[in-house]
Amino acid sequence: MAAPEDHVGEYPFDRQHCLSISDFHRMDVEALLALGERYLDLDIQKNQARHVLAGKTLINVFFENSTRTEKSFELAARRLGADVISMQMATSSVKKGETLLDTATTLNAMNPDLLVVRHNASGAPALLAQKVSCAVINAGDGIHEHPTQALLDALTLRQAFATETDGGQIDGLRIAICGDVLHSRVARSNVELLNMLGCEVRLIGPPTLIPSDADRWGVDVFHDMKAGLEGCDVVMMLRLQLERMSGAFVPSKREYFHFYGLDRRKLGYAKPGALVMHPGPMNRGVEIASDIADDPDVSLITQQVETGVAMRMGILQALSESQDRRRRRAQMDGGVS
Amino acid sequence: MNNTQNFPDVHSIINARIIDPASDYDGDGVITFENGVITDIGPDVLPRGETIDARGLIAAPGLIDMRVQTGEPGRESKETLATAGRAAAAGGVTSFVVMPDTRPIIDDMALVDYIMRRGEQDALVNVLVAGALTKDLDGKTLTEIGLMSEAGAVLFSNGPEPITDAQIMRRLLSYSATFNALIANRATEPSLSDGTCAHESDLSSRLGLMAAPAISERLMVERDVALAELTGGRLLIDLISSREALDVIKRAKTRDLDIAVSVSINHLCLNELDIGDYRTFAKLDPPLRDEADRLALIDGINAGVIDVIVSDHDPRPAGEKRLPYAEASAGAVGLDILLSAGLSQVADGKLDLTAFLAALTINPATLLGLSSGRLAKGAPADIILIDPHKPWVCSETQLLSKSKNTPFDGRRMTGRCVQTIVGGITVFDTLTR
Repeated sequence: MAAPEDHVGEYPFDRQHCLSISDFHRMDVEALLALGERYLDLDIQKNQARHVLAGKTLINVFFENSTRTEKSFELAARRLGADVISMQMATSSVKKGETLLDTATTLNAMNPDLLVVRHNASGAPALLAQKVSCAVINAGDGIHEHPTQALLDALTLRQAFATETDGGQIDGLRIAICGDVLHSRVARSNVELLNMLGCEVRLIGPPTLIPSDADRWGVDVFHDMKAGLEGCDVVMMLRLQLERMSGAFVPSKREYFHFYGLDRRKLGYAKPGALVMHPGPMNRGVEIASDIADDPDVSLITQQVETGVAMRMGILQALSESQDRRRRRAQMDGGVS
Repeated sequence: MNNTQNFPDVHSIINARIIDPASDYDGDGVITFENGVITDIGPDVLPRGETIDARGLIAAPGLIDMRVQTGEPGRESKETLATAGRAAAAGGVTSFVVMPDTRPIIDDMALVDYIMRRGEQDALVNVLVAGALTKDLDGKTLTEIGLMSEAGAVLFSNGPEPITDAQIMRRLLSYSATFNALIANRATEPSLSDGTCAHESDLSSRLGLMAAPAISERLMVERDVALAELTGGRLLIDLISSREALDVIKRAKTRDLDIAVSVSINHLCLNELDIGDYRTFAKLDPPLRDEADRLALIDGINAGVIDVIVSDHDPRPAGEKRLPYAEASAGAVGLDILLSAGLSQVADGKLDLTAFLAALTINPATLLGLSSGRLAKGAPADIILIDPHKPWVCSETQLLSKSKNTPFDGRRMTGRCVQTIVGGITVFDTLTR
């Protein structure tokens, strides 16, 4: 087995940024998942790979408050040997009126190698990516995408469903994504990725929380949990994003849980042995019952967090190697990196 | 003939002219019912059990009134479920829908359950419930439409106020479609009608009354039709009063949309001239419009474009009406008068009897998902007997409603309900008195 730091693979990952799942080909995704899978081995994750990002600087730029995603990236980068700083933009210069492009100029002047960006405006990381010379990773932009979450979800699914013979493939799984799809960047990334990986994806939620054109996403749309969950291998619950609801979308948490919250009864509509996922943080008793969330025989939620660090290590490594190759090519061509 | 000893729970109505708009039957025959359910009907049916001789009378399904305000809970001095039930029974109304603008507002499944239980206990007729569309009727916050539907609410309404925010209306229609819930919205654009008390016309101008144009209705109807088309929701356009609104609905009904429309009995029978010398009993919301509007609405019933006629029963204590016109409350009682007012239009040759009864029986039953509203085997024995020619003069002293505010006070009427049967039990009877 090649050491992770030497990883190029049969299909070299040559993307500059990680902004959207739709930017990737299937082979890009396979390369990233293969890297992430190797870092699931804690021996490799904690001890052997510290020099992969040695000398590199990663800046976490979070315009929205986040704990788990930010710390997951921070931990992933530190375990790969990078210098890491985190900037809480929600409480800093942006509050004083600085524009996003001013921020980009400032960040670029610090010469980071990797920028991890979360922003409440869809497309903000893509805009930053045009103005900085380093690799940009979208850690969630508005209601657009959260590609690293989708990748870690796919890796979690591979771990849960892979057998010796199928090479870790998850094609053919029937996966229901349930709840507040309208405001969910996780859902958008997951629909794209799971479709790419050959899964049958369903969206379930009240009509007010399903985008009106969702039936054109290559998914089946349901407004009834019983019908939607029938025969599903995986139930991926989404957080009811109360903070994003500028108007009324559902009458109450009580009614939402009654019709769309996952409990034992509703889980019974899915295939026997179906597994449950949630990107977190969870609203217990709103979109998911505690006894489901905490049941290790059913819930993959803790595994998703564990897998998150490994998957992000894989993404950081792939982007870093791609960046190094690009710089080397530029030097050979006499250009400036 | 009285065979009650052999058939203790069996009754028959004989010699009646049976009119059942659901089956389009209009002919003589016998209706038998047992244990609250119609067991047989038709010209060749043999009477059984205790008989009611309805010679010269029309037997029709009990009326279903989709728009009734009660004072209970909260303002029992205006009306209680019991007094509204008595008025309904006297008017031939065997089921009515309580609007949600009580105190507290019916915006919770517990209140739906409460009203239904109180209705069952206190009222002579079937009491159904309309849940509020938005919390406290604020026009912004969705109520628990699913849970209230499960609790038995048959309709959802924002009471007297329209949903002004198009985004909220879109979400309401979209969300309610999941539960196949019927959403009622008032056909009025508040930015044109707020603060007004009359129809915009020469008359209101002369009377110096702030007036709303009929176009106010059309604007809201156009918007709601478009939103219903977008969302696939079930929409009831509530209380139209103008030709302009009716024209929009006619066009909308040529497309495959789930749209229904209601009109109040007041707007079928009265026009703006009934305001007369600032008669506050004729102050209504929407305001009474001109004669051409009234005739267009009647045509709308006859042609089947307008689905439902309601009483828009809105009891107002005398103190709210004994005020200068602009300051008086809008609204009129109507449960006792609904049938007679319509029959008077039938007697005048304006209104088609079967179309009129359809708009008060099978049409509302279909919209609300009820098994009543028809004379058919297996349907509930909610039956009324009508004397279509009985002349009488409406007097507020005769009304059984607790409040007496009616614009029909003093009017000559033709036709009246003479017996009302709800679930096989006679709850109003002038035949045997």
